[in-house]
Amino acid sequence: MFRQMRAAFVMSSDERGAHTCIVIDADPMAVRQALCALFDRLMAGRMSADARDAAQIVLAEALNNIVEHAYAQSPGEIELTIDISARGLNCRIMDAGAPLPGVGVPVGELAPLRPGDDLPEGGFGWHLIRSLSEDLNYRREGERNLLSFRISAQQYPH
Amino acid sequence: MQLDCTQTPDLMIVHLRETRLDAAGAIDFKDGMRDLTSADARRVVLDLSRVGFIDSSGLGAVVAVRKFLGPDRPLELAGLTAAVEKVFRLTRMDSVFIIHRNVPADAGSFRDVV
Repeated sequence: MFRQMRAAFVMSSDERGAHTCIVIDADPMAVRQALCALFDRLMAGRMSADARDAAQIVLAEALNNIVEHAYAQSPGEIELTIDISARGLNCRIMDAGAPLPGVGVPVGELAPLRPGDDLPEGGFGWHLIRSLSEDLNYRREGERNLLSFRISAQQYPH
Repeated sequence: MQLDCTQTPDLMIVHLRETRLDAAGAIDFKDGMRDLTSADARRVVLDLSRVGFIDSSGLGAVVAVRKFLGPDRPLELAGLTAAVEKVFRLTRMDSVFIIHRNVPADAGSFRDVV
């Protein structure tokens, strides 16, 4: 039985690398490969190391949320659009999976850490996204989820 | 998942020889750590100096390792890079773990550090 292999992600950029579109299979390994391509090639030398770290953390959390939750029941694709300017990164992420529960972006509050309590192994994702991004917005458009945010080139100590 | 170990009579330093600890590798990491540490009772220091990126799944896996090691030998961390340190700080996990700034050149020089 011969199975045709297909790329885990497809990335296209304009000449200056200012506008990039990536279509990623909803799979953790595809997300890793897309982030590596994005940050090893496109983002190399752009913005400060601190801003690049922040951007990669936010993108990883947003993409992994979609893989784990929106596409928990069915495979699918994620479309990521990134515009790079002197001010930072503008990111838009679209998927055709299940909507976010509730009415909007989760609050992302960390569970309190009390001595003797069982330590949390999850629930960090939205907190990281909220801490490191600006203008975070989510809406449902027909059968699609649309998440957008900005990563400022100017990072402040957290 | 590349994990290897430097040992002294009372300490094992586990070196994670990967550049990323993320959602695609978190389960392998937990399994590998369990294999390396389950037949042993020594303190465990995890060397993360090669890891340039961690996400919340990777962080959750490190917390899980701390839990299965148990309260009598809490997992210690060493050599956090800037991006890894940022994730630990933002999630306040930097207050939970013993974090050593540097990974010692050899385990012997690290024996008395707490």
